[in-house]
Amino acid sequence: MENTARITEKRTATAWKKPVSYNLQKKTRPTEAIIQAFLLFCGVVSILTTLGIVLELGKEAWLFFGDPEISVISFLTGTEWQPKIGKFGVLPLLNSTLITSVIAIVVALPLGIATAMFLSEYASPKMRSILKPILEVLAGVPTVVYGYFALTFMTPLLRGIFGSQNVDVYNMASAGLVMGIMILPLISSMSEDALSAVPRSLREAAYGLGATRLETALQVVLPAALSGIIAAFIIGVSRAVGETMIVAIAAGSGPNFTFNPFNAAETMTGYIARISGGDLSYNTPDYNSIFAIGLLLFLITFGLNILSRAISRRFREVYE
Amino acid sequence: MEDMNQPSKYVIETRGLNIFYGDFQAVKDISLQFERNRITAIIGPSGCGKSTVLRAFNRMNDFVPSAHATGEVLYHDQNINHPSVDAVQLRRLIGMVFQKPNPFPKSIYDNIAWGAKMNGFRGNTDDLVEETLRQAALWNEVKDNLKKSALALSGGQQQRLCIARALAVRPEIILMDEPCSALDPIATLKIEDLMRELSQNYTIIIVTHNMQQAARASDYTSFFTMDTDRAGIMVEYNETSLIFTKPKDQRTEDYITGRFG
Repeated sequence: MENTARITEKRTATAWKKPVSYNLQKKTRPTEAIIQAFLLFCGVVSILTTLGIVLELGKEAWLFFGDPEISVISFLTGTEWQPKIGKFGVLPLLNSTLITSVIAIVVALPLGIATAMFLSEYASPKMRSILKPILEVLAGVPTVVYGYFALTFMTPLLRGIFGSQNVDVYNMASAGLVMGIMILPLISSMSEDALSAVPRSLREAAYGLGATRLETALQVVLPAALSGIIAAFIIGVSRAVGETMIVAIAAGSGPNFTFNPFNAAETMTGYIARISGGDLSYNTPDYNSIFAIGLLLFLITFGLNILSRAISRRFREVYE
Repeated sequence: MEDMNQPSKYVIETRGLNIFYGDFQAVKDISLQFERNRITAIIGPSGCGKSTVLRAFNRMNDFVPSAHATGEVLYHDQNINHPSVDAVQLRRLIGMVFQKPNPFPKSIYDNIAWGAKMNGFRGNTDDLVEETLRQAALWNEVKDNLKKSALALSGGQQQRLCIARALAVRPEIILMDEPCSALDPIATLKIEDLMRELSQNYTIIIVTHNMQQAARASDYTSFFTMDTDRAGIMVEYNETSLIFTKPKDQRTEDYITGRFG
């Protein structure tokens, strides 16, 4: 009793008195509810948008494939894309998309991982604080600028090296190389995150056994960061496959089926960009074909995303 | 020059060692000798620079950009703080076991084989793995699962694997930085027994928070504390039995009787 009295006295002595209520009945807290509803709404909007895009693509693609003269098989296996004479074989477009993307990845992956490795394992904090913003600037350049960079810098360079009779004015190599420069910051920054996330204790374990910096970086840190690097690689590929402006400007505008990267060949995205800018009437097979291509592109990037998720999940929990 | 047939009694010796992090002096004027094939414990309150000193012995502080050391750490008549010393080679001779078990995310087998191969081991790896796992008193628990990920082991097993991994590169000295602080008492006792076993062939220097551990497991004990600038200083260094029964310094007595730290 005496104790309680003293505590009460102490309480009243301070300016603030805590309102005590023993009513444990559930209360409604309107602000909480409103904010929660708003957040849910934002999430739902993005899901609905995605669904809407898929539905629209699917609907128009359905119209395209509904044409009795066009079949999914001939679309996927045909080697000629001549809408004027009713030939809708997507392989030439797909082929040049793949070639430009492969060139881009061949440039961006090794350079990106090397950059990431340098930033995470070798660079001093000062060096990193200079290099990272520069890389981020590279990521912020509009792709149309990259497109003209390919056309007015990379193409003349390639023509100078390999001879202008061998290299077309519009060509896949130039577009692919510049696309590689474009996705380089993406790959290097994602890989750097993956490398930096490897616990310091693992590096110390390696150094403690007498490993050099290179041995530690290549044989301990890199394998431990592999899942993140694979994810970076796949996102880089999706980015390259979906890139439009660079290839539209620099890769050419004829759907050629060629494996020579120095030739001009239109990519899927390049074709879509060109056609949508022209004056095609609605509901012609030409017009609908861009939705079929769009759907195919969507399926490719969607597949790559699923793959990247599966891979990161598989390799996660490698450390700690 | 040291005569290889009659190695000096002391395997590592510090003279006036100071270590700084930037402008902050973390440890001040440490002079210590570590006797061959003995276990020496470094005890003291948190922040007194025990780990910093231990990490100076294999130049692990090199990876802390702001850290630098003055004074001498003598190992085979060479001051290892000298810029001409190859820290990689040094770490092949002075192994380390860390506070938190840190096995590589590889198989048990590869955890041991990796460091040994890097150190030039070209013999039968199977034999080496078995031998070092036996030395680390882990063989019987893992012999059927050598290809299993090391991360599937318990904390105590992981720590013994880390010890085995360090043994596989044939160091002369093993530095242990609070190797049991993340382990339960049973795993801790296993590690302590193991240290006793290993001290026949290796020199062990252990940093520990746990006074009972120092009392149980070490031959020599060095007590560190902080001075008024919060720099670590060495207060007393003696045989473990004497430190714990007849400490000469009041600060040591306060610490081991639990009145401080």
